[in-house]
Amino acid sequence: MVLKARHKRFILIVIGLILIGLAARLILNAFQSNMVFFYTPTQVQKGEVPKGTGFRIGGLVVAGSLKREDDGMTVHFLITDTAKTVPVIYKGVLPDLFKEGKGVVAQGKVDANGLFTASEVLAKHDENYMPPEAAEALKRAKTQGTNSLVLPK
Amino acid sequence: MIPEIGHFSLILALLVALILGSVPIIGAARGNAVWMGLARPAARAQFFLIATAFICLAYTFASKDYSVGYVASNSNSKLPLQFRIAAVWGGHEGSLLLWAMILSIWTVAVSMFSKHLPDDMRARILGVMGLISVGFLLFMLVVSNPFERLIPAALDGRDLNPLLQDPGMIFHPPMLYMGYVGFSVAFAFAIAALLGGQLDSAWARWSRPWTTMAWVFLTLGIMGGSNWAYYELGWGGWWFWDAVENASFMPWLVGTALIHSLAVTEKRGSFKAWTVLLAIGAFSLSLLGTFLVRSGVLTSVHAFATDPRRGLFILVFLAVVIGGSLALFAWRAPTVGRGGKFSVISRESFLLANNVLLAVAAMSVLLGTLYPLFLDALGLGKISVGPPYFDTVFVPLMTPALFLMGIGPIARWKNATLPELAMRLRWAFAVSVATALVLPLLLGHWTPMIGLGLFLAFWIFASSVHLVRQRLAGDRATLLARMKSVPRAWWGMVIAHIGIAVFTLGVTVVKGFESEIAVRMLPGDVAHLAGYDFKFEGVQDSIGANYTASRGQLRVSKNGFERTVLSPEKRLYTVQNMPMTEAGISPALIHDLYASLGEPLEDGAWSVRIYHKPMVEWIWAGAVLMALGGLLAISDRRYRVRRKNLTEEKAVTKKSVVKKAVVKKPAAKKTVSKKVSAKV
Repeated sequence: MVLKARHKRFILIVIGLILIGLAARLILNAFQSNMVFFYTPTQVQKGEVPKGTGFRIGGLVVAGSLKREDDGMTVHFLITDTAKTVPVIYKGVLPDLFKEGKGVVAQGKVDANGLFTASEVLAKHDENYMPPEAAEALKRAKTQGTNSLVLPK
Repeated sequence: MIPEIGHFSLILALLVALILGSVPIIGAARGNAVWMGLARPAARAQFFLIATAFICLAYTFASKDYSVGYVASNSNSKLPLQFRIAAVWGGHEGSLLLWAMILSIWTVAVSMFSKHLPDDMRARILGVMGLISVGFLLFMLVVSNPFERLIPAALDGRDLNPLLQDPGMIFHPPMLYMGYVGFSVAFAFAIAALLGGQLDSAWARWSRPWTTMAWVFLTLGIMGGSNWAYYELGWGGWWFWDAVENASFMPWLVGTALIHSLAVTEKRGSFKAWTVLLAIGAFSLSLLGTFLVRSGVLTSVHAFATDPRRGLFILVFLAVVIGGSLALFAWRAPTVGRGGKFSVISRESFLLANNVLLAVAAMSVLLGTLYPLFLDALGLGKISVGPPYFDTVFVPLMTPALFLMGIGPIARWKNATLPELAMRLRWAFAVSVATALVLPLLLGHWTPMIGLGLFLAFWIFASSVHLVRQRLAGDRATLLARMKSVPRAWWGMVIAHIGIAVFTLGVTVVKGFESEIAVRMLPGDVAHLAGYDFKFEGVQDSIGANYTASRGQLRVSKNGFERTVLSPEKRLYTVQNMPMTEAGISPALIHDLYASLGEPLEDGAWSVRIYHKPMVEWIWAGAVLMALGGLLAISDRRYRVRRKNLTEEKAVTKKSVVKKAVVKKPAAKKTVSKKVSAKV
């Protein structure tokens, strides 16, 4: 059977559309499965965060909370939104701008005991500037009226 | 006084741009030669005025005049001169001035090298560029004036962000902007063609060298930025899928599609509407990139300004440019006509497929960059999409694109057959499969991703070798003569494609075989990585122009033989009290050895990160090859010879012996003679 030129073109267009559809599906799937959500320490304490998958938390590093294990590379610190605090463990070199009392964003998972294991610690901002996630966490804690802790300096 | 001269020049430049953006376009519509002729002097005047403003701002920075707000925010009296000058584009206002300045350079360049264009075409192109310039100058004068005085004046400046105090700052932004703004030429050509209804092979040929030039600058600009991030950030990464990087990568993807689509439009007359759409897309994404990086919507080292009025202005500007040009496209594109027919298996089809893949890739980057911003703007929560998303998307999209790159140049135009292609490429295929299977085992280990990457890299190498051999086949002349007889544009393509292969090879090897450690080191401690011993010899204090530094020393040896010494630094920039990491790198063709200092721990110990990065330099070498290929293509004779023929013919035309001229020069292509006779 010989296909007419018109039919041939029609088949080509259909194949093209299917391929573009597949590409769109691939992109959207990848997008959905790699989205990282942001939560505040209050939400972490309330258990409103996903179990088993990674997410980001932001806030301030509580002054005096930074402890190092003997290997020198594993650190423990607390992140607060001034309402609630979350303990964090991280193994690796902290970024240049990581400082106690300053804003920080960490990405990782939380375990059953509420310990947040960070795979990445971000502090991409200058001395006076707060990462937007950290600022957001403080703002939310403030508007919820649960501001019981004194802001660490 | 000097800042006021700069300010005044900008106002005059806006007036000139208004004339440039209106009179010649109206003149072209009415066929008024005098009005059209105004475009060239206006382009020059605009360049002169903006350059004056630019020099005034640079002088204000150099002379440490902290009564100007922008200077006070981005400079400091201790800042070395080269960075004080580079600080001109260290913030929002100054980068806009750089943008406008580069736009005026491109505009003058077009006015100088467009003698071969029909008068109405040239008038429209320069007019459209004038309109873009109006947008930027207005923006600067209304909401982002770099010359605004600070009353009372600051005693000293707040300093340039220490991250930007690097030689990369001197070259990277101007290069990148040359690329971004260069696409405005392609855009102006497309709009002029839509307005005038002339969209043919000649149009594509005029447009090609400009587009390729912009693409070359953008390629080098992105490469420079990637290399800068690699040694400056201390994390050993060369691409972070950061929104700022994505902003430059999207126009590159679409620009790459555009230069290929233009090739088809020139050679075969096909893809006209698609080419115009890509030209609009490349420039729109460049504008979007400027918006993203410079409006403060992103939190990134590149975006310092936060002012909603600015964001609103750019949004409106974007809407006018993109909406207006798409509307014009929808209205006029149906009139451009259809191109030549081609079958499913033909070079046109392969190029079309690659075009679509590049466009889809650009869309996926756009989604990953803008969607989190939209959610945030609408108050629907904060999310981020990191490298895993882009990695997942890019591998399946780029695999067919790179595979087709090997076939496209070998396939015939209009009609090719699969069995013939398969026959011709069977050796290239066999060689690349064999390499993909065996080479990783020699290097250490095999994974599907390493195999895939190596296959694609060697597929492009091998098919390029086949292509060159086939082109140079024959025994009539010497090899050298045969090489010379092949046009430079063709060699340019081969070199750029090999650049992609080199790049792919670098990415594959560094991703597959890199290793790193982060350790606590006391002076005298030795760390081991990739067969090398890194002996930490402690840290010494040193003082720079505007920073203090702790300079570490790591002696690297292998089997007891000393190989190199790495000197990573931890700097503290005193003005902003900001710590910075300077990596210590020993670069080589085979691998980079890379060390950066973390934090000081107790007893003189430091946390140290050490990386082994095999073939990482190939990534940038590949980008340089792509740019070289582009330059070679631009230098092709057919872009120059045509111009020479044409000026000769013009000279003859003036003597009004047109017919003779055409007969005398049978070598001159039809389009040219047509144009000459049409003019007369």
